Amino acid sequence: MTGRIPLVDYLVLDDDQPHLVAQECTNCSARFFDRRNACASCFASEFTAVPIATEGTVRAFTIVAFAAPGVPTPFVAAVVDCAGTQVRANLINVEPDAEHVHDGMKVRLATQSIGLDSEGTEAIGFGFEPAP
Amino acid sequence: MSASDEVWILGIKMTKFGKHTDLDTVDLAAEAATGALADAGVTMADIGVLAAGNLMNASAGIGQQLQKQIGQTGIPVYNVANACATGATALRTAIMAVKAGEVDYGLAVGVEKLAGAGLLGGGGTKKKDADTWTPAGRYGAVAPVDGRIGTETMPGVFAQIGMEYGHKYGGTSFELFAKISEKNHAHSTLNPLASYQKRFTLEQIMNDVMIAYPNTRPMCSANCDGAAAAVVCNGETLKSLSLEQRRRAVKVSASVLTTDPYEEGCQVLPNVNTLTRKAAAIAYEQAGVGPSDLDLVELHDCFATAELVHYDNLMLCDEGGAADFFNSGATWRDGKTPVNVSGGLESKGHPIAATGIANIWEVCHHLRGEAGDRQIMNAKVGLAHVIGLGSACGVHILEKSTA
Repeated sequence: MTGRIPLVDYLVLDDDQPHLVAQECTNCSARFFDRRNACASCFASEFTAVPIATEGTVRAFTIVAFAAPGVPTPFVAAVVDCAGTQVRANLINVEPDAEHVHDGMKVRLATQSIGLDSEGTEAIGFGFEPAP
Repeated sequence: MSASDEVWILGIKMTKFGKHTDLDTVDLAAEAATGALADAGVTMADIGVLAAGNLMNASAGIGQQLQKQIGQTGIPVYNVANACATGATALRTAIMAVKAGEVDYGLAVGVEKLAGAGLLGGGGTKKKDADTWTPAGRYGAVAPVDGRIGTETMPGVFAQIGMEYGHKYGGTSFELFAKISEKNHAHSTLNPLASYQKRFTLEQIMNDVMIAYPNTRPMCSANCDGAAAAVVCNGETLKSLSLEQRRRAVKVSASVLTTDPYEEGCQVLPNVNTLTRKAAAIAYEQAGVGPSDLDLVELHDCFATAELVHYDNLMLCDEGGAADFFNSGATWRDGKTPVNVSGGLESKGHPIAATGIANIWEVCHHLRGEAGDRQIMNAKVGLAHVIGLGSACGVHILEKSTA
């Protein structure tokens, strides 16, 4: 069977509106992207899945020139503030240099292919690209 | 024995940092440990507890390996691992045992063989995609995410930490971060135990190989071999010792270890600020001193971008004022609050588990008036800080003996 699979399970590949989802604590509203045992903030153990805003601003970035073997460089790693929720992502569809990437820039979620596996399934990753 | 309010560093030793091809991990640990014992004027027969750290081989039992070479006395060993705060954690473990009144003397050792280790954090081995995309792990990832969803390399993580400070408060630039590195490399020229004692011009630093913008190679901590060890004792024990021992003893006015409290975003980009600020606040209260009382500070400049944020976290400047504080010249060795007069991790080097004791050795050296060419004159109070990502923070405040 061929098809598409997200790079991580918190990326939802709705065809017209791909987005990220977080696990939100029903008690204190802290948000997490991974599988949870309990809330790191208030220790409660009930969560609901909430969609994350697809537009945000760059809170911090670096342009990685040296990485582990097999990781293509350079690339821009960043933290994007999506309406108050911090998201780790690469900045994509932008020149990876300090002239084109800057603190506070407006960005929006975008998806990109990671490649096909041996069964023809395509993995889809995400990043943030400059918003017009 | 009863619980002791006072804890003193009686002896302390740091090996030369650098490449020690002829010495293995145990050799280095033994050199530091026996050096600290000799400096203290005691032997392994006096020591009631040994705390030891070697992060890269954390399961190998460095404490017992060390005992086999310098003295098997049957005392308890605590082998500790706490990222880059491993050395501080070992020292704090020995301090807690002394403070609790369980022992009169404790020995703490940190050692690492790291020369030529290369890039840390992202892993040195090639990451390959699987044959079929299969979700695994807490994020249900079908492939390695380093480089696809941000970076796991240390230079990149700490670059973002510095850039985030600029986002919040302004005043930062590539040049500013490079100037911090210029300062530490200049300081290193006076430290014969530093891995590198080379002064760089600002231009050389900015034009060197970029690792993760804005950190170029000389702005990153130097991987090297090294060890450091300290002997601690309680106040009652110190009173029974010679005037020379009492005069050279350094008072541990505060010993604090913290982890990162939850804050929004702290699991997305490690937050090294909250736990440092918390550790500093507790330490100042324990010691009854304030940032303005500090004659020197050794802080965890694993990258030039990290040093800046810790000026603020350790409350050496007003909140948000780290860039202005640095630009005032305050942190150069002739400034108001000299920071990293050892050369810091960027030039002295960063043999991980040794770092959290080596920075205390540096401060003790000045408080004892034994720092030679780089002596900060009349130093009476100093602070040593380390951060281990994940995270752990150690802060110690040290005071000169009045004996």
